[in-house]
Parts: sequence; structure tokens; C-alpha cells
Amino acid sequence: MKPVDRRLFQHARAARGFLLVTVALGLVTTGMVLAQAELLARLLANAARGTGLAAFSTALVALLAVVAVRAAAAYGGEVAALRAAATVKSQLRRGLAAQLQRLGPAWLARQQPGEITTVATRGLDGLDPYFARYLPQLVLACLVPAAVLATVATADWISAVIIAATLPLIPIFAVLVGMHTRARTQRQWRLLARLSGHFLDVVEGLPTLKVFGRAKRQADVIKEVTEGYRSATMATLRVAFLSALVLELAAAVSTALVAVEVGLRLLAGHLGYQTALVVLLLTPEAYLPLRAVGMHFHASMEGAAAAGRACDIIETVPASARVAAAGTGKPPPAVDLRYDDINLDAVSLAYPGRNQPALAEVTMTIRPGDQIAVTGPSGAGKSSLLALLLRFSEPTGGRITAGGNDLACIDIENWRRQVAWVPQRPYLFAATVADNIALGQPEADRRDVARAAELAGADAFIQALPEGYDTPLGEHALRLSAGQRQRIALARAFLRDAPLLLLDEPTAHLDALVARQILAVIETLMAGRTVILVTHRHAWHGGADRMYTLDHGHLLPTASGESARRRVAVLP
Amino acid sequence: MRARLASQRLRAAQSGGPDPLLRLLRLARPLRGRLLLAVLAGAAATACGVALLAVSGFMLARASQHPNIIAISAAVVAVRALSVGRGTFRYGERLASHDVAFRVLADVRVSIYRRLERLAPAGLRAFRSGDLLARLVSDVDATQDLFIRAVVPPLTAILVGAGAVVVCLLLLAPAAGVLAAGLVVAGVTVPLLAAARARMAARRTAPARGELAADLTGLVAGAADLHAFGAQDAALASVARHDRSLTLLARWSASGEGLGAGLIAAATGLTMWGVLLLGVAAVGAGTLTRVPLAVLALTAMASFEAVSALPSAATQLGQARASAARVGAVLDAPDPVTEPAVPRPLPGGPLRVTLRAARVRYDRDGPLALDGVDLDLVAGRRVALVGPSGAGKSTVAAVLLRFCDLAGGTATLGGCDLRSYPADDVRTVIGGCTQDPHIFDASIRENLLLARPGASDGELAEAAAQARLLPWVESLPQGWDTSVGTRGGAVSGGERQRLALARALLAGPDLLILDEPTAHLDPETRATLTTDLLDATRGRATLLITHELRGLDQVDEIVVLDQGRVVGRGTHDGLLRECSLYRQMWDAEQALTAA
Repeated sequence: MKPVDRRLFQHARAARGFLLVTVALGLVTTGMVLAQAELLARLLANAARGTGLAAFSTALVALLAVVAVRAAAAYGGEVAALRAAATVKSQLRRGLAAQLQRLGPAWLARQQPGEITTVATRGLDGLDPYFARYLPQLVLACLVPAAVLATVATADWISAVIIAATLPLIPIFAVLVGMHTRARTQRQWRLLARLSGHFLDVVEGLPTLKVFGRAKRQADVIKEVTEGYRSATMATLRVAFLSALVLELAAAVSTALVAVEVGLRLLAGHLGYQTALVVLLLTPEAYLPLRAVGMHFHASMEGAAAAGRACDIIETVPASARVAAAGTGKPPPAVDLRYDDINLDAVSLAYPGRNQPALAEVTMTIRPGDQIAVTGPSGAGKSSLLALLLRFSEPTGGRITAGGNDLACIDIENWRRQVAWVPQRPYLFAATVADNIALGQPEADRRDVARAAELAGADAFIQALPEGYDTPLGEHALRLSAGQRQRIALARAFLRDAPLLLLDEPTAHLDALVARQILAVIETLMAGRTVILVTHRHAWHGGADRMYTLDHGHLLPTASGESARRRVAVLP
Repeated sequence: MRARLASQRLRAAQSGGPDPLLRLLRLARPLRGRLLLAVLAGAAATACGVALLAVSGFMLARASQHPNIIAISAAVVAVRALSVGRGTFRYGERLASHDVAFRVLADVRVSIYRRLERLAPAGLRAFRSGDLLARLVSDVDATQDLFIRAVVPPLTAILVGAGAVVVCLLLLAPAAGVLAAGLVVAGVTVPLLAAARARMAARRTAPARGELAADLTGLVAGAADLHAFGAQDAALASVARHDRSLTLLARWSASGEGLGAGLIAAATGLTMWGVLLLGVAAVGAGTLTRVPLAVLALTAMASFEAVSALPSAATQLGQARASAARVGAVLDAPDPVTEPAVPRPLPGGPLRVTLRAARVRYDRDGPLALDGVDLDLVAGRRVALVGPSGAGKSTVAAVLLRFCDLAGGTATLGGCDLRSYPADDVRTVIGGCTQDPHIFDASIRENLLLARPGASDGELAEAAAQARLLPWVESLPQGWDTSVGTRGGAVSGGERQRLALARALLAGPDLLILDEPTAHLDPETRATLTTDLLDATRGRATLLITHELRGLDQVDEIVVLDQGRVVGRGTHDGLLRECSLYRQMWDAEQALTAA
């Protein structure tokens, strides 16, 4: 892990200004450290019997001023750091959000779910200690030792030599011990994660353990495992804490060395008392920021790592940008899916890092009013086909045209306005029921929303919610059953009123009774639209004009579908 | 809904009763000796640091009077010893405090586990979302930080601070007063203020934080929906809006946090200044000499190291209290089942289990989950329990497995009330697969042996064969020792369900309950698994809970549940004629699976 990530300052401008403030405050603090030692030494050395406070009023007032400036710098530094951290977090977060929008759902589908949200929320919060503790100490660790060394050198060069010789020991030892213990510490962290996982595993599995009469005995296992972990960890910690021990010893022993050396020279009359005191007071100050940097390094690295991940994402080049760069200049052609055909001509789709293409040379024509069913086992490429038509992905081979125009040239907003989509598990946003239905039509009035809900069979249960259409849905919309969520998604599609309807296993996870009701709604939604339906449920085949099977990315016309040109409606 | 219930309970635990933190600390009582050791080592380390500067000051002041070298030789030795002692004691303190923390963690985990064991699963309904349970576990794990960061430093600070004040008291009484006041401000007032501010800031920012988190989650998890419906820009605008208000709040609260840092610096500096003022005046007045002045000033200055960790300790304590309150809420949850005062031995003879007019409610004022259910389960007979989602099917299993008590009616085993037997004994007779059975992060063999430790390889193979798991196990390179991953994530859904079925068959209870054994599977896998489990349970007393009706013509009785009531019972053919709900379910299933 690098001590400072340069990209942080590229992507978050607020960080740059803050760096200047921190350096300025570091300079002030350094000056105050030197002034305080000088004034203290003067007061201690020159206080003598018979001279009252009056003789030292200047020094005392100056010292008070130093105290005030240090307190002000501490206050200002912390406030500036936290404000900068808040602004940097905001800049990174908004940059990240905008970038996620550019990268699109196809990219997101290949990421760890939850990881990105964690980075954007709790992860970036870890930048507070980075800005408020680590960076200022890093600046001080560069400034103070040098200033102390210079000051001590003018007062007593022998002490300066001792400090100069021992100071580098701290970073050197820190690195050496760190390298020695890193492998062991990392193994220990993995063990810790596993142990924590074990406890969670056992707690989650309690009902199962109880059924098999194994639950009570697990208490001893937990005790044993935690004990075993403790002794293993302590063995590692005995080594890991050596690094801190070495740092403490280097700082304390050097201070002692300087103190004794100065004391002996003072005794011999080679040095003044005041000078000796200045050296004594300044020596620990040289080591302090170095140790503090080490202490804050680990605490702040979590935030720095999250920021690094955010920068990685922000720097990712979206796939569509690469394509869009190809064709520009002409105004985008207008397409009307009510009248225009869609042609897939040997279309392939391969995801980076996968051997097999998700779709291999798929060719099909979708005419207005076609009702097409596509079946196939999980992973055969059914959702990839819809992703292409939704323009979440661009084909990596072949061409999709609509009304004779290459899909890549058609304005994406214009295209999607003509498409409605009902996925297997629709996402319900933390907004009101009405806003969730009007996702694609924020300008729709309440009457239109209610009408769409009615068509989807959702009006009755929405009316029964505590605040009707204004009931807020939670993050995971716990209140609604799977069937109700699907009805909200159908209401969205009704309100969208688009000529091309894409259905992605809309009833796969519902029990038969509910699935049947939902299918009845879908039947009305399909009327008068071009439909592509991806499904596991065989019953659909009868309702479609044409049927295909996807097998390992290859699209095969299904025999029965080809022969059964007539529509057989088995649906109610 | 459940999450809200849980948070209400947490709030109740936070507002009243004994301090949750004290409860947690009480668990560490047996480790007092080790804790004391850690505190003493920490105090010694800090004291060495303070003494190092004070003795150095003494040495220089004395040396400046140019006495014989003998006069400072003791100080020279002391300075060297203290410099080594400081690092060594610190090392000892770190080891001792971590050791205590891990020992406490073991104790806390075990006592929380014992409580959870009593509560699970019915008493943990509020924690049914995996996130809440994971948070509970991390709350328990957080107790180790409590001791290292929030218990040892304050105790150390008290010892060292008091020592420094006593030293100053011996040298110049008024200066000791100033030092005491300064240490109290820096070590008590400022940390308390800091913790209070942190709490207030957290309270103020919590809603904005929640809204922003929901926005970002939607942006990522709902990306496909947003793009498909062209709503990305609106979502981004919402992120920007909530981000702006959170950032404003954060910038506002920064000045409060900075105040803490400034106050500490001011208290440290002003104390030093006051002590110096009094000392210099005392020297002027002839009541103090140069050597004690140096010791006094440097002791006062260095002693603030003892309180430097306290603001973060106070904030840590605040967070620990919230964790402790959540853990306490679990400890205080009422027992879902009552154990008999005088337990009855299990009955002999063939199995006979009955439910009569059974009523169950999960919350005292909540609706009835079961409302007057009758059920007879006897040796050799297979009964299927069917009905739409939420009909109360799994609640019947929970009653029979003694996971929850009846609110009315009776449940008997061998003619006697189910409650008169110890719950653990009941589960040796009545067992099987709960809904969503847990697959442990271990090998296939270990997951199976859970059901019957000491089962031979032959018995494992037999159970696996009945669940049609054996060919798959034998095809794996590592066979029985293949790891199945966290929650069985390394194997497919069908294999997970078969593993759970094999486990239940291996346990071989007199009454086998199978709760939705084909849930979350694709239609093809579901069909073959249903066939297999009907084969495997032939001739066994079985309660099969399902919402799929295929193959149910093979069972002896089908009971149809709707909203907690029995709306039909009989055979497949009879129910098709007489029970309209069953008829509808059957028609829907047929329509959906017709090829």
C-alpha cells in the first residue's frame, strides 16, 4: 500500500487544497514546537531566587501565545481535515455514481454485489482518519524532525549527530519488522475472518443443529475454537508487537542517550543549562510524529483502500464509449418499433474473462407484432439476448439493425423509450409505490399510475397499504410478497406503454396459484405489442407465434413452434 | 416490519434497565486478575515515559550546579533504565490486554450462543434477515475492542494521572492543583464532550446517511431497472441531492470534533503554563529551587500522555454501548418455549403424534398463524401439508419440533402433552429438514455426520443413495471430503437440498418432517427430487410440507391449509372433487407445466 495515492488528488480536487492547508499548518506547528521548547528552557534556566514573575513576563506572555496558537492550529487542522474529508468523499461518491451510470448494468452484473455500495458508503467514511490523522502526521513527520535536527545542531552538534543517527532507525525497523511479520499477520487475519465466519455459520445454522440435537454441544466447540484462535493469535502478536517495541525503544533509548550525554557535558561545563534543556525538550519531539504516522497508518488504510477502489472504478473505460467513438457525425436515425423490423445478423456476445461466448452467431428477425418465446437451461444466454435488445451490452460480433439502421447509431434514450421490460426479480426503489410505478414516466399523473396498477391487478393491495400509493417501500421492500412485487413491475410496463415488450422469466419464482394470476395479467399486457419472452415454464410455448431454444449461446428454432404457426392459447 | 420490531426492542433496551455495557463487563469478572495485570503494565509504561522526562530534567538541573559526578550517577542509571522500561512495559501491556480481550471474547460468545440456542428459531424471528444476525455476531466480536481501547486506557490514565499529581503535590501544592484540574479537563470533560458530540452528530446524520445509502444501493442493485426505464438521471439527481445534505451536515459537525482537539491542546498548554507560572513565582519567593522546578514542570508536561487516548476511548465506549444494547436485547428476548419442571421420559411403542385445535400466534397481539388445526401422525403413514405461501405450513413444523408453544389447543406425543417432555428429547423422535436447511461450511461428510456422529461410511452411503446424492459424491475428485463452502455456496441448489435430505434420512427420526424440500429449484430438478423423496420416504412416518401437488397421490393423507385453518383433508382424488382451493392449485400447476 502506497503511503499516498496520487489518484485521490486527481479525482477529488478538494484534496489538493487541503494538502496546502495541512502543509501550512504543519509549518506553524513546527515553529510552535521549537518556540515552546526555547521559552520553557529559558524560564526553567533563568528562574532564580529573588527575581519575581516580573522578570519573566515577556517569556510567559510569549509562552501563552504559543499555547494559544497550538490550540488554534489543532482546532483548525482538525476542522479543515474533516471538512476536506467530507468534500472529498462527496466528490468521489458523485464521481463514482456518475461512472456507475456510464458503465451500465452489464458491467455491474459482473461485479461483486454489495461491494460497490459498501465502498461508496462505509468504505469512503474511512477517509476521515486518513485526512484528519494520517496526512497531517505525515506532513509533520517530514517537517518536525528536520527542524528539530537543525535547531539542535546549532545548539549542540553531538546531540544532533545522535538524533540523526537514530532517527532513520525508526522507519528502517518499522519496514524490517513489518516485512518479517507481514506473512504471519496476513495468515492471522484470514484465520480471524474464518473464525468469525465459523461463529456466524453456527448461529445461522442453529435451527438445523437443534433438530439434530447438536446445538448444546456447539457451545464447547465455540469455546475451544476461540481459545485455539487466541493462542495462535497471541503467538503472532508476540512477534507483531515487536515492531512497536522496537519503535518505542528506539525513541526512548535515543532520548535517554541524548539526555545523559547532554547531562555529562553540562556537568563538565561544556554546555549551558538552557541549551541542555532545549536539547532535552526537543529530542522526543523529533521521534513523536514518526511514531504517530505508524500508529495512524493502519487505521487510515481502510479508507485509502476504499478510495483506491473508487478511483479504479472511475478510471474504468465503459464498453459503450469504445463503440460510440466509432460512429459520430451524422444525426441519429429515427426508428419507430411500431413499424420497423429488428434484425439480428450473426450476433455474438462474449464477456471478458470467459472462454465460451454467451451468444454465438444468433440470427433472427423480429417483426412488429411478433410474439416470440425463447427457452433454454440456466446460463444458455437467454438474459444476454435481452441485454442486447435493452442495449445493456453491445454485440462483440455481428450486427443488430432496426428499420435498417445499425442499433449502435440509434439514440439510446429514443430506443429505450420504445421498450418495456419485466425482469424475474424487479428492483423496488426506496420511494413511494407511485414513484416506483412511474419509474420511467415521472411526469405521469396519479390517475395514469392508478390505471396502470389496476391493469396489473395491483390497485387493490396498494389501496390497502397504510398510505396507499404514497406508502414508502423499504430498501428491500419487505412488506410486499413476490407476487405483489411482480405486479408493481407489470404496472411499470403498462404505464410505459411501449411497442416492444421484453419479459425475463417473469413467473419463475412464484408458486403456481400466483404465477397463474400473474400470467393472466401478462397476457393483457402482451396484446398489440411485439413480445420477446424468455422462460422456463413450458406453458408459454402455446401462447407464442414462434419459439426458439437457446443452447450454449446457439439459437435453434423449436420444431413444435415452427409447425404450430397457429396460436394455441392454454392461458386463461 | 420485523426489522422495525427488532429496533423497537433495541430502543427499549437502551432506555431502561441496567447499563448494557456493565452487563457485558460483568462477563469479564473471572478475568479481573489478567485485566489488572494489563492495566498495571500500561500504567508502568506511561509512568516510565513521564519519569524519563522528569528524571532527565532533574539530572540536567543538578548537573548545571556542577556537583561531583556521583550526584547525578543514580539519575543517569535511572534515565537509561526508564527508557528501556517504557518500551518493555508497553509491549507487556499490549500482550496482556489482547490476551484478556480474546479470553473475554470466548466467554461472551459462549454465553450469547447459549442464549441464542434457547431462542432459535422462533425467538429470533426479529433477526430473520441475514444482515441482522451478521450484525449481532459482529457486535459480539466488537467486545474485544472494548477492552483493548476503552477499558484499559482510562484505568491506566487514572493511575498515572494520580501518581503525577502526587509527585507535584510533594514539590509545590498549588501546582498540583492546577495539574489535577488540567488532567480532569483533558481526561474527563473533553472525552465526555467528544462522545456526546459524536452521538449527536451520528443522530443528526443518520437519516441523510440512510437515504444516501438507499439511493446508492438502488443505483447499483437496481441499475438494470433504471436503465431500462430511462430513469438513471433522476436517480443520479437524487444521489446528488442526498449527498449534498449529508456533506453539509458533515462539514457542520466537523467544527465540533475540531473543538475536542483544540480543547485538549489548550488544556495541556495552559496547565503547563500555569504550573510554570506558579513554579517560577515560587522560585522567586524562595520556596522552590531550580532542581525541583525542572522536575515539576517536566512531570506536569509529560503526564498528559496518560490522557491522550481518552477521547477516542470515550467515543469507542459510546459505540460499544450501542453494540452491548443490541446484544442485551437478544439476552432479554422471552423464551419461545417453556421446558417442563418435571420432565417425562419419552414414550415407548409405535409413534403417535396429534394436534387438536392447535392455535399459534407469534406476537402477543398479532394474528393467529394457526387457528384450530387437527393433525394425526402415526407410524408408517405419510401426510402432506399443502397450501399457498403464508398459510401456516411451517408453523405446524415449528410446533412439532418444539420451536414454539401453542396459544391454544393441544399437541401430544404418545398420548401425553408435548410440553411435558424436554424439547431436546422430543427432537430425537421428531426431526427432519426445516425450511431452508442450513448447510455448514465444512465437508460433505461432516455435514452428514451432524445428523448421526459415528455413522459408518456404509450408513452415509445408504442415506446418500436414498437421496440420490451418492453418484454425485462419488464423481467428485475429493468425494466425501469435498468442502461445500459458506452456506453450501460451492454446490448447486439441487445438491444442497439433496444433502439436507440425506442428512435427515441419516438421522432417521420416528417422524420425518420435510419442509419445502424442493424450494428454490428449477422445474426439472424439482420434478426429479420430488420423485426421489417420495421413494425414499415410503413406509416412514412423514410430514411433507409443500406447495407442489405433483406426486401427492402417493401419500396417505393430504391436509390443505389456508390462512392458518384446515380447509380440506383427504386423498388427492377426493380433494380434487371436494376442496376448491386444492382444485385451483392443481389446475394452476397443470396449466403451467403442460408441455
